[in-house]
Amino acid sequence: MLQLNGLTKVYNTGDKALSDVTLTIPDGQVVALIGPSGAGKSTLIRSVNRLVEPTSGSAVLDDVNITALGAGALRKQRRNMGMIFQEYALVERLTVMENVLSGRLGYVGFWRSFLRKFPQSDVDEAYRLLDRVGLLAMADKRADELSGGQRQRVGICRALIQNPSLLLVDEPTASLDPKTSRQIMRLICELCSERGLAAIINIHDVALAQMFVERVIGLELGKVVFDGGPGDLTAEVLTQIYGAEDWEATIEKVEDDDEDAV
Amino acid sequence: MSVALESQIGTAWKKPPFIKSRALRIGILVTVVLYVFLATIGTKGLANYLEYLGVVGDGFKFGTIDRYFTGIDVNWSRIQRGLARGQEFVGGFLSPDFTSRWDHIVQGMYESVVMTVGSTVVGIGVSIPIALGAARNIAPLPVYLICRFIITISRALNELIVAIILVAILGFGPLAGFITLSFATIGFLAKLLAEEIEDMNKVQAEAVQSTGATWLQRINFGVQPQVMPRLIGLSMYRLDINFRESAVLGLVGAGGIGATLNTAFDRYEFDTVAAILLIIIATVMVLEYLSGLIRTRIK
Repeated sequence: MLQLNGLTKVYNTGDKALSDVTLTIPDGQVVALIGPSGAGKSTLIRSVNRLVEPTSGSAVLDDVNITALGAGALRKQRRNMGMIFQEYALVERLTVMENVLSGRLGYVGFWRSFLRKFPQSDVDEAYRLLDRVGLLAMADKRADELSGGQRQRVGICRALIQNPSLLLVDEPTASLDPKTSRQIMRLICELCSERGLAAIINIHDVALAQMFVERVIGLELGKVVFDGGPGDLTAEVLTQIYGAEDWEATIEKVEDDDEDAV
Repeated sequence: MSVALESQIGTAWKKPPFIKSRALRIGILVTVVLYVFLATIGTKGLANYLEYLGVVGDGFKFGTIDRYFTGIDVNWSRIQRGLARGQEFVGGFLSPDFTSRWDHIVQGMYESVVMTVGSTVVGIGVSIPIALGAARNIAPLPVYLICRFIITISRALNELIVAIILVAILGFGPLAGFITLSFATIGFLAKLLAEEIEDMNKVQAEAVQSTGATWLQRINFGVQPQVMPRLIGLSMYRLDINFRESAVLGLVGAGGIGATLNTAFDRYEFDTVAAILLIIIATVMVLEYLSGLIRTRIK
């Protein structure tokens, strides 16, 4: 369970990116975080694993107050939080396998990782995950040889091999075409339910979010302005989050029609 | 059509000037032209010319500014004498003599290669940790300042100056050259590598960090793959530079092919000088070709 208590982030520039965010995300719940650009979505998930240092408030994951941890303990705690990035953030000149295995760095000593001598159990798990996302044959390819959708699947494997209890997902579909976006979202949500993982997914595409998640949180100017089921997202709510627009077309139920892939 | 648009239609468009004030623009131009004129031709040249035209009398002086703007002296008779020596020099190139000092040349080349390869490897080895420390995005401020200071010192002191000092301390020979070039490599490689690290894709390293990796693991997985091609390219380039420098350092006594070259100059053996210079040129060309080959292979 993840609890955020009054989480606030003020950047050095004086911009208040998060203001007093209080949330509870139970085990296994997949939450979509929506809101306009600059609303603080990225800051929120980066504050949880402290890639961004929150100014005040706390983030508590499974009874460990992450905000209060020292450097070493934070590193250990980061292993429990897998992160998936917008532009995939794979290390492009490393192989797919190295990228997946980098998810184990928190568990493996420096020399083992330097010599790429990861424990056999890690290698086996990497193969299993790559097979699960349909990329087993790509293991020895360099990451920059892959397509966008394939890269994001490698990113998902890297996050999952950490064996986390929480996934922090930052705009996973922003650089993908509509079909691949759906496949990736479906894959993330399936894997979360298979493994009982909680997840916070930052997402721009409201319709896509509605299609896959059980709970939606709306962020505007660093404040939570909506928290409810995907069905509760009305035109008024969207206007409150994003500002006035004609929202009818967005809310319209999108048929989930491509059952082929993944 | 809006009023704002209507007033613009039909007016000429010009690129906005980089320096807005017209007076400042012209002022800078005039100052530069005037300075270059005074600094090269000088007041002396100007006075001579005015004298020649008969505008001013004999022995005309511009007063106090004479002292600062005497201009660059041209000694025509000296140039005439020197041209003859130059001819001899060019003649030497037409008949380079590889044989009479061949043993010295081989000895000098041997020293130069040892100096070049040794100093490049040692220099790179020392540069990498300093580069990591000098990259603001991965190093804490105190470490950053110390590493930047080392780089600045290395860059501020020219190879020749370092070599002269080291020859005074360590005596003649390639040891001084070896240490000089290792030191110079730090300023070059650490600076450029640190800049490459600062320009890297931050998210890739962040992704590695978010897995709970240690600092060293973050460098090894998140940073090293991103900067490796540049590091190899720079190292090859530095090998090339170090060889060329080794030829110069010999002139101040730091050993290598430069020492052989210096001896040949002192003996006015221009045909041997030509042979040595041809060998240096050929070596640099081979190194250049090799480094180009390696750099295109690594992407």
